[in-house]
Amino acid sequence: MSTPSPTPKLPVSLAVNPKLSSWVKFTDEGHVAISPGKVEIGQGIVTALAQIAADELDVDIARVEMIRASTAASPNEGVTSGSLSIQQSGRALRQVCAEVRLLFLVAASERLGVDASRLDINDGTISGPGNVRTSYWELAGEVSLDREATADAIAKRAALRGIAGQSIQRVDIPDKVFARPRFIHDRALPGLLHGRVLRPDISGAKLIALDEAAARAVPGFIAIVRDGGFAGVVADSEGAAEAALKALRKGATWSAGEPLPNEDDLAGFLRTQPVETTIIDTRSSAKTSKPSRTVRRQYTRPYIAHASIAPSCAMAQWNGDRVQVWTHSQGVYLLRADLAIVLKLPAESIIVEHMEGAGCYGHNAADDVALDAVLLAKAAGGRPVRVQWSRHDEMSHAPFGAAMAIEIEADLDADNEIVGWRHAIWSNGHAARPGRAAQPALLAATEIANPYPRMISSNPPAANGGGGDRNSVPLYDFPAWTITSHRLLSMPVRTSALRTLGGQANVFAIESLLDEIAALRGEDPIEFRLRHLRDERASDVIRAAARRAQWKSQKRAGVGHGVGFARYKNTGAYCAAIAEIAGDDDIRVKRLTLAVDVGEAINPDGVINQIEGGAIQATSWVLKERVRFDRTHITSTSWTDYPILTFSEVPAVDVEVIQRPEIEPVGAGEAAHGPVTAAIANAVFDGLGVRVRDLPITRDRIIAAMELAS
Amino acid sequence: MPTIRFRLNGTAAAVEVDPDQMLLDVLRGRLGVTGPHFGCGANECGACYVMIGDRAMASCDMPMWSVADKDVTTVEGLGTAEQPHPLQRAFISEQAMQCGYCVSGVLVSAAALLKRNPSPTEAEVRAALDRNLCRCGSHNRMVRAVLRAASETATP
Repeated sequence: MSTPSPTPKLPVSLAVNPKLSSWVKFTDEGHVAISPGKVEIGQGIVTALAQIAADELDVDIARVEMIRASTAASPNEGVTSGSLSIQQSGRALRQVCAEVRLLFLVAASERLGVDASRLDINDGTISGPGNVRTSYWELAGEVSLDREATADAIAKRAALRGIAGQSIQRVDIPDKVFARPRFIHDRALPGLLHGRVLRPDISGAKLIALDEAAARAVPGFIAIVRDGGFAGVVADSEGAAEAALKALRKGATWSAGEPLPNEDDLAGFLRTQPVETTIIDTRSSAKTSKPSRTVRRQYTRPYIAHASIAPSCAMAQWNGDRVQVWTHSQGVYLLRADLAIVLKLPAESIIVEHMEGAGCYGHNAADDVALDAVLLAKAAGGRPVRVQWSRHDEMSHAPFGAAMAIEIEADLDADNEIVGWRHAIWSNGHAARPGRAAQPALLAATEIANPYPRMISSNPPAANGGGGDRNSVPLYDFPAWTITSHRLLSMPVRTSALRTLGGQANVFAIESLLDEIAALRGEDPIEFRLRHLRDERASDVIRAAARRAQWKSQKRAGVGHGVGFARYKNTGAYCAAIAEIAGDDDIRVKRLTLAVDVGEAINPDGVINQIEGGAIQATSWVLKERVRFDRTHITSTSWTDYPILTFSEVPAVDVEVIQRPEIEPVGAGEAAHGPVTAAIANAVFDGLGVRVRDLPITRDRIIAAMELAS
Repeated sequence: MPTIRFRLNGTAAAVEVDPDQMLLDVLRGRLGVTGPHFGCGANECGACYVMIGDRAMASCDMPMWSVADKDVTTVEGLGTAEQPHPLQRAFISEQAMQCGYCVSGVLVSAAALLKRNPSPTEAEVRAALDRNLCRCGSHNRMVRAVLRAASETATP
């Protein structure tokens, strides 16, 4: 039997969107338009992708025009999440541009009568011996890019790259510094109207009755939209829309809500709900020695808010039975799919176009507000309607990162070496994004007449990094383990994807217990980790961070040091963090030292920026953040009630990037959170002698841990 | 409705407006000045900061009557791509942001600081920016950028 010749493998995004012209177009002004399906969310992805394209095409990066994703034309790359944009969009674009380059070289060779191997490309000009020359733009009419990628062309070797690998300045920053409208919030469409949606303060309450008279009397009032329990106003200015909403609120009658869990016993709540249980991974070894004791510890993390600085915003405009939507959603096609379900329209009748918003850090209300705008725009007579959520709604109705309880049992032999390891997770699912199910995930879809049920969040499969179980399988070579995930089937608090999904809490738990066992053994926690790692890239980041932080320098009273390590999703970026904290019960994180390995760093300063930002955000989560609620309301609906780290509280952050240009790049956006969380907790033990196993690590928690220990 | 007169980015402005309307709404809605951003509407995040005289203040809860005859400077009034403020140059040099939504307010706070104190220490910069929230974790880059701008404009 003959074996089929191996088909060259296309990068995943390119396999789904193989047509070259959907990614690259040469425009007649000497520019090249690059259309990724991934979107800018403040992570600098647009710049990194421009670098990859410019490098592979041999054009100056100033010629590259990055096109915002739109369902009208862009390749469908699903959602911009999971630190996958460099991996997916970057690899696809690199391959596309290599193929485009080759096609033009062949065309130039024919036109110039010079063998393609003797041609050079310099800033888009193709030249050969005897000063013959042409360019992408001269040849653009002859070379059709309406063809599918073949995987025939081979991208440049690392050593030949000139732009990728450089810390190029980000293309979006000048607009933001000079306040040129770039955010969706700042875009004015002609004839723009403003909408606001009425939502209950009581969790899960439904709108029963509405007195509309006072709202209708507000100057500038245009329309009220009622659809079952969904109600909103449209007005000719934001001020008028706010005033009309305030009047509507006074006239609203709500049903009783649905009870919320006891905030002070999250573990008790999480561990007593109906669950779906999945064995994530097991490992066993015949050689395992008998345990002489078992250490059992429970770790918890609260619900955490995405808490974007900008409230979610969208615009929509109807034209007959077609609607155009402007959104800062992370997935324009996925949002469109959900809109099509709710509106009962074919997807082709809906255009969803991306515009930048503020950082979202996962699935916040970006998608919800888009449906709000679409529903309100129905009453606007063809004019566009812009809807912006309030801070209050952003902090109470948007999905949160799920609370988690994790219990680890470690079997230890007589030398306190780990011989068995059982890690169990109780948590709501970590993903309820739109566009992936037969039912919509959008908030207003649960409010309209004939409402859809609230989507109970689920977990991505382990092959995609998992959800609640993300990073729960140790990277360490323990001889035996069982990892179990219990996903809640009830969801009184709405949850969906927050940066790292379950990764932050799982790394916190694993790395905290490792630290504790190392201390039991009287072994240096870094040595202990290195002894259990078989992956040199893992060991390298730990050693690099330790060297940079001058690990185990002079011990000082009131100062603690701790280490944390993870490889994000066990397949992504390697990151080690060392924290230095100071204080007695009210601690400060003074310094974070990190080393990271993302393979090829397309833009090293961009990687550092993401790691710094992740480290600081994680510090904020660890020291301060916790969604607050009583049995009927989310109560942390303002920055006063949901404080985050301020400029004076931010630690010094020092990052070393280990460059590996020959290794396929991965994303950096979520690598730091788990390691930093663990490093701070371990530094608290080093400095104060107590283990705090419930996040956030506040003064109250430290004092409670001290009382427990004494 | 009364006409309220003030100076906006160095130019005389007059708006016929409800005196209880907030400055941020007037800037963004009536005047199309979108540099100041809405973040919370309660003077808790700094995204909407403008300078009144040489003080950085929230415009989201500042009624128009209180702005009469005042000097209002938004981020647009600091500089342009052609004639950038030293802070704007420094924020580009230091790549001092991730999403950048908070940056217009941070620039205003920093500009107000440098007016009062042209050579601040790092601690003074942090204290001056403490009412500006940044969710992306770009704080240290912004602090470096402010210190860079201060050192570049310092008279030798």
